[in-house]
Amino acid sequence: MKAQCDNIFSMSAVNAGPLEKGSTSTVEAPIKEKETRGEEELDVPWQVVVHNDPVNLMTYVTMVFQRVFGYPREKAERHMLEVHQKGRSILWSGVREPAEFYVQQLHGYLLLATLEKVV
Amino acid sequence: MEICRQDDALQISDLDPFLAELLRQVPESTNPDGAPAAEARLFSRPSAEKKICAEWKSYVEPELRRLFRSATETVTDDLTQLNGNEKSLSNCILHIPIAHADAWLNTLNQARLVIAAKYKFSDEELNDHDRSPIGSRRDLGLFQVNFYGFLQEFILREISG
Repeated sequence: MKAQCDNIFSMSAVNAGPLEKGSTSTVEAPIKEKETRGEEELDVPWQVVVHNDPVNLMTYVTMVFQRVFGYPREKAERHMLEVHQKGRSILWSGVREPAEFYVQQLHGYLLLATLEKVV
Repeated sequence: MEICRQDDALQISDLDPFLAELLRQVPESTNPDGAPAAEARLFSRPSAEKKICAEWKSYVEPELRRLFRSATETVTDDLTQLNGNEKSLSNCILHIPIAHADAWLNTLNQARLVIAAKYKFSDEELNDHDRSPIGSRRDLGLFQVNFYGFLQEFILREISG
């Protein structure tokens, strides 16, 4: 897992500086401030879903999956093709906080991503 | 137009005035003002749950706006190289430092998404790369989406080695 946090919505630093030398377009790890959710809510498994978008380039989407999830190229391409052909792909599932952080990073790259409860 | 890697920069040379103008329009093309569909696409809903969306709007969306604005500012600075050629019919050169590649990818993506949302391009239109000559503002918009996509492809190829 690339980054974890206890509550993404309490973050206080998200790439506030200029996006240039030495930086990436990813969102920086938020700083933990306080817990705001009950354990029950946190225990429910969540999944990170990416939805098809006819504008985003396939090569771009593959690169984003590699960067955000650390997936090897082949796995990233498989998910990209699933998004392209089936309209959506589940990229990750687990506890809520990292799932939220992944969705935030994906939005930083302008992908259509949502957080869903596993049913 | 030629595009190649030159040490730590991407060089776009032999850039004719029309394409140079399209590049100058990249930053302003990211502006979704007056187009709710474009705004909604740049800042899409993170969940079907209202509570999550409300928290997102308060805490995450401002940071995303900062991220996008920062990328656009970097691109705007790079594009100052094209200033002074506005009235000229001669071709010009643009150097994009590799360190700015992520900012360019992000900004070009913002521009493509905003233009596509404003004109409501269909999947068929977006996949029609052999479209006939530009005859309307809408055609120009589609050409922009494709041209900016071509630049993204090149940048991606260079940064992924």
